[in-house]
Amino acid sequence: MSAPELEIKGVSRVFPARRGGAPIEALAPTDLILEKNDFVTILGPSGCGKSTLLRIVAGLDTPTTGSVLLEGKSIKGPGADRGMVFQSYTLFPWLTIRENVGFGLRERGMKASDIKDVVDLYLDRVGLTAFADHWPKQLSGGMQQRTAIARALANDPKILLLDEPFGALDNQTRGLMQELLLGIWERERKTVIFVTHDIEEAVFMASRVVTMSARPGRISSVTPVDFPHPRDYHLKADPEFAKIRLKLTEEIRAEVVAAVSRG
Amino acid sequence: MKPLQPISSKLRISLGILFFVVFFAGWSFATFGGFVSRTFLADPITMLKDGWWLLSERHFLGDIGITVWRVVGGFVLASLIAVPVGIAMGAYKPIEALLEPFVSFARYLPASAFVPLLILWAGIGEMQKLLVIFIGAVFQIILMVAVYVANTRRDLVEAAYTLGASDTGIVRRVLLPASAPDIAETLRLVLGWAWTYVIVAELIGASSGIGYMIINSQALMATGQIIFGIIVIGVIGLISDLAFKLANRFLFAWRFA
Repeated sequence: MSAPELEIKGVSRVFPARRGGAPIEALAPTDLILEKNDFVTILGPSGCGKSTLLRIVAGLDTPTTGSVLLEGKSIKGPGADRGMVFQSYTLFPWLTIRENVGFGLRERGMKASDIKDVVDLYLDRVGLTAFADHWPKQLSGGMQQRTAIARALANDPKILLLDEPFGALDNQTRGLMQELLLGIWERERKTVIFVTHDIEEAVFMASRVVTMSARPGRISSVTPVDFPHPRDYHLKADPEFAKIRLKLTEEIRAEVVAAVSRG
Repeated sequence: MKPLQPISSKLRISLGILFFVVFFAGWSFATFGGFVSRTFLADPITMLKDGWWLLSERHFLGDIGITVWRVVGGFVLASLIAVPVGIAMGAYKPIEALLEPFVSFARYLPASAFVPLLILWAGIGEMQKLLVIFIGAVFQIILMVAVYVANTRRDLVEAAYTLGASDTGIVRRVLLPASAPDIAETLRLVLGWAWTYVIVAELIGASSGIGYMIINSQALMATGQIIFGIIVIGVIGLISDLAFKLANRFLFAWRFA
């Protein structure tokens, strides 16, 4: 058996005490294994450490204990092998859409003509060919996030990390973006970790939904989602889909109720 | 008037010109009406006549040229050193820790107070004038550039890291372009201050320049000439400001899109 694509081993994160307060355990020691082409969504209320976990995998944060192995090798710091899409709009405002998508390739020293080919391909995948020479500012939020996805994918990362990428979008745009991302995944079969607090989104996208609970953040359940691909929005009306959504809703709800009563 | 309500560009320009008209009308009223003694304040016509006399008989254009050269020279010298130092301070915390306290202290040393010392060190030649402007500008630019670079959006830096950027790539391809418009804006601001320093430098120990003409005219009670000199500085300032703004619009089109 080959090694798993990504192995999170005993990863925890404690933020040191500030001004005499107690240290904050954002993430209790956590284990998670992703096989190649896995699509895992991490679901949980705010403050459950899901973003912290993702940032550790990205290399943007350092775990207090434990380690993250990508194809068996321990990761040290951020790198092009783990592409990331953030919730905030992080396109470089001084670069055009085309230059944004080509950023990582240029940083890697790829030839300009090769960059153009790759960029054209991914602009087409996200449907933004007509906007290649616009500034990010001139695009809507949904278009900016599509660009961000194209920018991450153009780099051909081994794993794609998404931190509530559609969190700031309106409901209709969000639904379209989910199908777009899923379509790309069905085609390219990347390994994906997708963090969200939207239950429907988590179930719709995932092969497995991992729920997390807060204080300290830890994994509370793993739910396989076995609907076949390709999936489209009709799936959201499927009774089986509703059943999984209800189960997860109850789980998260109990968690939030407990958190609220704890104060 | 509604707060923050935008106005047409036609109205904006007319209003801007209107205030100049009001200013000159008030000045004419005070002088031609005899409310202010001519000894202390020349009227606009006298000012223009004096100005023409300066330009045609006293080679005032040469004085203007030499003053512009000093301002630009001292300012470019200061920028060449201050911008890279500021970027290094903004990007690298140890460099900031090393230099920030000293630069903050040096920033409050008044450039004009250095004039006597600089005359002692560098004589009354061009070097002394350049140094006054240099001292007045360099620390200000360093600090402002450092702040802008350090305030680069953290999520853009993180995004660049996840796209495989190296540490020097972050500085060159994120911190620099992100803060470039603000750096240009800082330079525009400091260039305005440089005009103050050059006149101060020329008031003491100079034999040419707008400031020299002004101090000479004071001895002759030629207030028309003094005012003409001041207005020339204002006009040059306005032109350079406009040039800077246009250049910024062109260079940083993404900000104005």
